[in-house]
Amino acid sequence: MSTETAKAIEKKPAEALFSKRRKKLVTDPLVDDNPITIQVLGICSALAVTTQMKPTLVMAISVIFVVAMSNFVISLMRNTIPTRVRIIVQLAVVATLVTLVSEVLKAFAYDMYKELSVFIGLIITNCIVMGRLEAFALGNKPYDSVLDGLGSALGYSWIILTVAFFRELWGSGSVFGIPVFDTISGLFGPDFKLATNGLMVTPVGAFIILGLIIWVQRTKTGYVEH
Amino acid sequence: MQQSNTYIIVFSAVLTIILGLLLSGTAQVLGPMQQEAIALDKKKQILGAVISAEEIDAMSPEQVNEFYGKRISSTVVDITGKEISGVEAEKVEIAKDYKRPADQRQYPVFMFHAEGNPDAVESYIFPLYGAGLWDAIWGYIAIETDMNTIGGITLAHAGETPGLGARITEGGVQERYIGKKIFDESGELVAVQMQKGEGKDYSSDEHKVDGMSGATITGTGVNNMLKAYLGHYEAYIKAKSSSQAVAGL
Repeated sequence: MSTETAKAIEKKPAEALFSKRRKKLVTDPLVDDNPITIQVLGICSALAVTTQMKPTLVMAISVIFVVAMSNFVISLMRNTIPTRVRIIVQLAVVATLVTLVSEVLKAFAYDMYKELSVFIGLIITNCIVMGRLEAFALGNKPYDSVLDGLGSALGYSWIILTVAFFRELWGSGSVFGIPVFDTISGLFGPDFKLATNGLMVTPVGAFIILGLIIWVQRTKTGYVEH
Repeated sequence: MQQSNTYIIVFSAVLTIILGLLLSGTAQVLGPMQQEAIALDKKKQILGAVISAEEIDAMSPEQVNEFYGKRISSTVVDITGKEISGVEAEKVEIAKDYKRPADQRQYPVFMFHAEGNPDAVESYIFPLYGAGLWDAIWGYIAIETDMNTIGGITLAHAGETPGLGARITEGGVQERYIGKKIFDESGELVAVQMQKGEGKDYSSDEHKVDGMSGATITGTGVNNMLKAYLGHYEAYIKAKSSSQAVAGL
């Protein structure tokens, strides 16, 4: 009994703001523990919003905000949340944050709001958000939780942006709305025309690109499904 | 203590109140800006029937408002084509009005005026509203002063399938309607029908446009919507075309 108290009082030196462990919190989900390609979470929105770069970027920013902020808030409250209603509490916080994002978009980027409205709302049910809250924020300090949230959300973001890049390029012949195929075709005279692929505009296109990314990634990391 | 029912109830109540206040506060603060954004979006849609999407995208919100104010005038008519006074066309909510029987609705008409000559009307723009495959579809159609030729159309949707039915928002699909006629030779309203299948040439047929592959039901929805709404405006259109015939004599 007495030794235990002594241990608790013993002051540990403060951990560096970006210690090795904390860096790992952010970098792990980027590749080795990527929520989409390894954990295969959050696929629905990855398929739905990635036809073009612009809405995908807005979606990515929204997810980063929601995951980091909800991790932060839940972590702050972690010692007061009654265990029996913790899922409902998490949902209430996430839903509030998502509604805030959607209201802000509606006021300042109405075109994006129209394009994304349903999918912004669906961030509430994005498995990445709830997954991080349950697995990390409930048992860790606020700052670590924010880092963990950022890591997962960034891992999600770079994958959907990569998918969107290829889908927009092949499907619509442009990147961020800037025509690429038409410009290239123009260089080769009037008879030359790069054709776009309609398959890339449909969710099937996202599956194909996502599959290729997972293939390349697992070849490099040597990850095997157990 | 943390597991007691009282604690859970109090915790939930406090949390709900805090989150509720936060949300309603945000809605209050952002409300006016959202209203403005919605009004601007409506103007863009109306203008979309007469000028190209690229031109509208290139305009700043102020430019859109200015252009709209200069070139568009509006009125509201009933199903017999008679003007209803005291109603602002921009304020008529087509989606809400759609739930009432057709003869009790208010029908806004937007007139696009020629540049430099505010008296001359270049085309008449009518709103459209109907059902697609999954959810509502709507849009605006511009009819030229012969009251027969389609000058342009904009279409929008709430939840059509991306890559299939959602293609009604694409310029390439909407361009197919330009130059088509809504009345046949005997003066019967036939509107324009989008066909099943894609890639056929309908340039010789005044009442048919090429379809969207894989989106036949959305296409049928657009057809029904066009037929229905042009039907609601038929009295107004006929009255306009006969008065113009008289003026032409």
